[in-house]
Amino acid sequence: MSLHPPAKAWTYWANFLALCVLTVVTWLTARMDLGALSTPVALGIAVIKAALVVLFFMHVWESTPLTKLVIAMSLFMLTVLLTFMFTDYMTRNYDVLPPADHAAAAPGKH
Amino acid sequence: MQVTEKKHAQEAHDDHGHGHELAHHFVSVEQQHDAGNLGMWMFLTTEVLFFGGLFAAYTIYRYKFEKVFEQASNILDPMLGAINTIVLIFSSVTMAFAVRSAQQGKSKAIVAWLGATIVFGGLFLGIKYFEWKHDAQLHVFPTSDFNWTWAREKHSEGEHGGHGHDSHGPELKGYIFNSPVVPANYVESDARNPEAKQAKLFFFLYFSMTSLHALHMVIGFGVMAVIMAYAWNGYYTANYYVPVESIGLYWHFVDLVWIFLFPLLYLLGAHLGAGH
Amino acid sequence: MSTIITSAPPASAGSKDPGHGGGVDYLNHETSIASWLLTLDHKRIGILYLVAMSAMFVLGGFYASLIRAELITPKGDLMSSDFYNKSFTAHGVIMVFFVLIPLVPASLGNFMLPLMIGAKDVAFPRLNLISWYVYMIGAGFTLVALIGGGVDSGWTFYTPLSTTYLNSNVLLTATGLFILGFSSILTGLNFIVTIHRMRCPGMDWFRMPLFVWALYATSVIQLLGTPVIAITLALVGVERLLGVGIFDPRLGGDPILYQHLFWFYSHPAVYIMILPPLGVTNELISTFSRKPIFGYSMMAGASLAIAIFSFIVWAHHMFTSGLSPYAAMFFSLLTFSVAIPSGIKVFTWLATLFRGSISFDSPMLYAYGFIGLFTIGGMTGLFLSTLGTDIHFHDTYFVVAHFHYVMVGGAIVGFMGGLHFIWPKMFGRMYPEFPARMSAILIFVGFNLTFFPQFLVGYLGMPRRYHEYPDEFQVLNVFSSAGATVLGVGYLLPLLYLPWSVFFGEKAGRNPWGATTLDWTHTESPPTPHNFEETPVVTGEPYKYDTLFNKESALAGH
Ligand code: HEM
Ligand SMILES: [Cu+2]
Repeated sequence: MSLHPPAKAWTYWANFLALCVLTVVTWLTARMDLGALSTPVALGIAVIKAALVVLFFMHVWESTPLTKLVIAMSLFMLTVLLTFMFTDYMTRNYDVLPPADHAAAAPGKH
Repeated sequence: MQVTEKKHAQEAHDDHGHGHELAHHFVSVEQQHDAGNLGMWMFLTTEVLFFGGLFAAYTIYRYKFEKVFEQASNILDPMLGAINTIVLIFSSVTMAFAVRSAQQGKSKAIVAWLGATIVFGGLFLGIKYFEWKHDAQLHVFPTSDFNWTWAREKHSEGEHGGHGHDSHGPELKGYIFNSPVVPANYVESDARNPEAKQAKLFFFLYFSMTSLHALHMVIGFGVMAVIMAYAWNGYYTANYYVPVESIGLYWHFVDLVWIFLFPLLYLLGAHLGAGH
Repeated sequence: MSTIITSAPPASAGSKDPGHGGGVDYLNHETSIASWLLTLDHKRIGILYLVAMSAMFVLGGFYASLIRAELITPKGDLMSSDFYNKSFTAHGVIMVFFVLIPLVPASLGNFMLPLMIGAKDVAFPRLNLISWYVYMIGAGFTLVALIGGGVDSGWTFYTPLSTTYLNSNVLLTATGLFILGFSSILTGLNFIVTIHRMRCPGMDWFRMPLFVWALYATSVIQLLGTPVIAITLALVGVERLLGVGIFDPRLGGDPILYQHLFWFYSHPAVYIMILPPLGVTNELISTFSRKPIFGYSMMAGASLAIAIFSFIVWAHHMFTSGLSPYAAMFFSLLTFSVAIPSGIKVFTWLATLFRGSISFDSPMLYAYGFIGLFTIGGMTGLFLSTLGTDIHFHDTYFVVAHFHYVMVGGAIVGFMGGLHFIWPKMFGRMYPEFPARMSAILIFVGFNLTFFPQFLVGYLGMPRRYHEYPDEFQVLNVFSSAGATVLGVGYLLPLLYLPWSVFFGEKAGRNPWGATTLDWTHTESPPTPHNFEETPVVTGEPYKYDTLFNKESALAGH
């Protein structure tokens, strides 16, 4: 008896091929100047590659909902860490007072 | 329910009679396997957040110092990064086959595939070693040795400029990888350049992330060696292979981290296209 | 669970008369020192943790008494400011990381969890033992650092003070805490897998005792939060060693980034401290008012909600540190939302008590204290999460009083209640009831006397972390120090009568409280090495009480 029927060997090779192709693609696109798009493209490809590894090498494709929940939870927390921290950094340079008032208020302060 | 109690009673009799296949506090091999598998996923969750702290720091500083981060990234060689990515992916495939052999209960095949995984992992680290050595020549180790002015100049001179054949004074050997010592005028101009600090942050993140990643690989090698020894002695069966499956998950996770490190560190400045 | 069916009557083995000595139990089946130090039994590991944490608690308490002694007078006449800094840092580091965070999960949780869900052990017994050793190693590093020279950064290790300006043992302490983190992670991991995979047949999610839900929620926080503090402390260490400047503004770094990362863990960590005592309190309230918890599923859901919410409020510790005002507003609003599940819990307990058949046994006295003190602590949290008022309160004794109300009045009092409740199960003996009630009352009175004046003195503007203060604050500080003495006596009593009772206490039957969960109804006191003779099969709700319960006959073992 086996706890899990093993996957077909060719799926692993197909996955490998796809990952290699994506690596070359991301390398080529990175050499072009895509401007603001370059990071989203690079990260988008990375996400696809990661998904391939997780789904097929790590067998999440055929795993229980619990495993998927665990993954979702860790990604959720990672997202919270990054985005909530950004609420601070993205808004640091905004002034509370509109610029004109601020300039008027500043010299008279002390 | 009936079944549960039966197994339980039988297991209580020969206490450790099952050998290692079923520990005493589990009711069935399925329960034991599922527990081990869930435990490993939980562990990987903590790893996501462990690296997550560094990724968060990277994201913040990259947002703050976008331009310098691109230039600093441009120092790295995306070609080597891409080759290493493929090497690591290949080691992931061999690992996947090691787990597959375990599922089929083929002990010797486990040993062979794990061996292959170690070889390709070793190749990855070998390439990494030469990259780091090159980085040391350019003085981008984020220590007091760091010199951004030097690094940019040497980098744009390119491969052909050669390392150490500089016109700026006598060649002395530094303490990391025998890199040439940076002349005093470079140190001065670096101290006056705010961008040098920002670039140093990039390289700090680069070295801490890649070396933490490498450390994970080395730990993986150690665990694989132990598992290979057990597998050689036929310890794992189709009913009991949680350790093999777990090292598999771990290794794929290490691969995943690299899949993100590659674009974030190497490709960020690739469009600037100097040097290579 | 009065409706549990087992295939055979429990204790059919016939080898012993339950709870009346002579039987084989987990305490007497092996007695050598090695059998304790190498044990894989979750019950023994729980006790190992209990002993280690009690020692740390005494040490932390010693530093607290130094602080309170210094603050009796406005002048710094007892110690130098430097030694004062080291004292409050040692107090904070020991109490937060080595006592409060592991306190309930590692001791009571380890002991009770498998018993409550009908399992023979946790899922990974070996990891469980390793986590204790990791704790001890972490403690070793930190103690060497604290005693051999000390640290004066405060328990928060704020940068760039800790990375650039201090000459004390920051690196060694950070190493200790880094190691300690893995102990916390391993415990959390073990509990989650245990709860998912080791429940006995019939033990559905909604038939688990509420303490188990609380442990589950806590473990989620431990798993998701602890790695972030680990990497953050590692960065502090590297920064100190190499001076790379990741948190140093002179080198382009951002000290606020440190605070973000630190509080991303450390705010959830306060819920690691409070959630398990909240869970214990459910068991106490239900058992000693002989009613099922009102709104079981709300209570379970509130635990999970707190665990998730706790991750999205961290910046309320940073309102005055240069956080952008927009982020401050955002986090202030989110912080208010945590009060909702906390409030649900308090009202649910009140509804459970209502028309219950309430008793005043010592565990229940602690539970009453817990409800009151936790409520005050939580409510004052709302003062602090209001942006305007926090500008005034931040870094004053008001904050000190707030978090002592939740951490001592909440977590430690809840732990004491749980410990008294579980004690007969742990050792098969009753402690003497009179001193136990005395200590519960002393702790309650002493605690309020110590910390209520701190709300007032903080409101008047006395900053925290100074060893001198203006004369007008002296009266309140003397009250506080006097209260601390009473509190100290309250803690000392259990340290005497609990160990005494292990040897000389009255024998407890398997279920002296008339509780209805598996741990009481289906295991001996103390339990046998493998907990259950037969795997129990659960068919009903966790809380279902006989209205007729007689403590005397329960003690006699029926
Ligand atoms: C009901 C929910 C709670 C709210 C709204 C709340 C709110 C706050 C706020 C806004 C602060 C920052 C004050 C300042 O530094 O100016 C604070 C500090 C603190 N709170 Fe709470 N809190 C709550 C519950 C808890 C609980 C349950 C615990 C612990 C078990 C706790 C422990 C602490 C600690 C340790 C600090 C101070 C840390 C330091 O600066 O050293 N809080 N709380
Ligand atoms: Cu907080």
